[in-house]
Amino acid sequence: MNLIDDLISPQWRGTYTLFKKELLRFCRVAFQTVASPVLTSLLYLLIFSHVLESHVQVYKGVPYTAFLIPGLIMMSLLQNAFANSSSSLVQSKIMGSIVFVLLTPLSYLQFFIAFLAAAIIRGFLVGISIYLVALWFVDLTLVHPLWIFVFALLGSALLGTFGIIAGIWSDKFDQMAAFQNFVIMPLTFLSGVFYSIHSLPPFWQTVSKFNPFFYMIDGFRYGFFGQSDISPWLSLVVVLGFLLALAWAALKMLKSGYKLRG
Amino acid sequence: MKVKMADKISAPAIKIEQIHKHFGDLHALRGIDLTIEQGEFFGLLGPNGAGKSTLINILAGLLKPSRGKISIMGHDVIDDYQAARLSLGVVPQELVFDPFFNVREMLRFQAGYFGRGRENDAWVDEVIESLDLTDKAHTNMRKLSGGMKRRALIAQALVHKPPVIVLDEPTAGVDVELRQMLWTFIKKLNADGHTIILTTHYLEEAETLCERVAMMKQGEIVALDTTANLLSKLPGKNLRLNLGTASLPPALLPMLKNGENGIYTLALTELNQVEFALSALRKAKIQVEDMQLIEADLEDVFMSLVGGKSGQYESN
Repeated sequence: MNLIDDLISPQWRGTYTLFKKELLRFCRVAFQTVASPVLTSLLYLLIFSHVLESHVQVYKGVPYTAFLIPGLIMMSLLQNAFANSSSSLVQSKIMGSIVFVLLTPLSYLQFFIAFLAAAIIRGFLVGISIYLVALWFVDLTLVHPLWIFVFALLGSALLGTFGIIAGIWSDKFDQMAAFQNFVIMPLTFLSGVFYSIHSLPPFWQTVSKFNPFFYMIDGFRYGFFGQSDISPWLSLVVVLGFLLALAWAALKMLKSGYKLRG
Repeated sequence: MKVKMADKISAPAIKIEQIHKHFGDLHALRGIDLTIEQGEFFGLLGPNGAGKSTLINILAGLLKPSRGKISIMGHDVIDDYQAARLSLGVVPQELVFDPFFNVREMLRFQAGYFGRGRENDAWVDEVIESLDLTDKAHTNMRKLSGGMKRRALIAQALVHKPPVIVLDEPTAGVDVELRQMLWTFIKKLNADGHTIILTTHYLEEAETLCERVAMMKQGEIVALDTTANLLSKLPGKNLRLNLGTASLPPALLPMLKNGENGIYTLALTELNQVEFALSALRKAKIQVEDMQLIEADLEDVFMSLVGGKSGQYESN
């Protein structure tokens, strides 16, 4: 990273340093932040594919294991992007080390960009790791790689942003765990990771369409198979809309110093 | 460690104008006005709850004032916060640290946040050496002793070469040896051109180090003068008596400043009161084991200004 250090211009050096620090922070505990979610996803894959492979076919010509993998990749990518920004912020608030960043000339926008970029990188790292390991189990073709990249990027950005909001709002680990267990987890599990919403009763199909995670996973899956429950363009618009709304809220919180500067 | 002064050469290091801070119903700062010139060694004194840390936090941008203005080297801490923060190094009171990194990494990150790159590494190493942290440069912050963490915090405040340095209770809870080392180091920083603002409730520390002090009580400055002037305002002396197991005779109780474990300090307004005290002790047939006549100190000044019981503030 020394070469990048030299290339970066002085006005972006603060942002880059905070990004680099956040990157190194999760790399120092990579068993917890990368290896562990990869293993969890593989366990889901082994169990669900073993139980359902011969019973369920969601898309024509797509084995259930293959259908499951993009969902698991996206689920882990989203959860880890959220965990990165939220846990780093809560931890540094509780330990008091957030003061080292607050005392600097970094603007609220630079703060946002650095935390967001690190969250996206962790999400991608976990997602790519799961994909590479999953290739041992099934041959996965990438029909529309650009859609895959776009939804992975927007999804990790959306959850990274949500993590910043949760991290700023939470004063203790318990409150952050509530976000994770009562918001992120149910929304990911009920978003079509393991099934197509067309297999649900009409009422639950309608309910699913209010879940932003559904659009992220459905759009992402479209990139793998060229098939999805709804148009990827509609998913793109919805995900972009949520991202912009959350980014606006996070920036507003950071600009006002909410729970950071009294 | 020579300091290069920031752009607004003629501006005061710190200018505080009518700063108020409310926390709900609590009026924590009540219109503070204070100017600290470049190169000063300034002490901010006061008991817990006086408002020292609130004022420092507003200065550092960690709190927003309810009303008023503060500038650092001519840069407003809100409107021109980036330039203001570039001019300021803050050593926080609490021993806070990031548990993921070692001392050198942490210092390089801190310099990076201020826009400094690898060209600053030599300076970081110089700061590490000056604070006797060279052996610990690759040690994780978590594994450092309290004293070492304190040094690392001071180093962290210096990595971007700020002309103004605020030390919030830097010697709280440190041993005598480290306190002496820190005093020497801080004095050297001041001699090199840094403006130093020290908050402390060790009055002896302020008396030893600071050229000028402000005394705060309940969100207001109750005294602001040079240390020498404040001390000269109180010409009295103190008589410290070691009476062993005996108690102080009732006749001397009106002069009592403090007393503990047989050692009593009497406040004298005139020297002939020494004879009065000794005669009272003779009458009570009390043998004096030891006796010292000592000058009034900042604690006396503080007590005379803000009231309260002597001995409330620590003297080391």
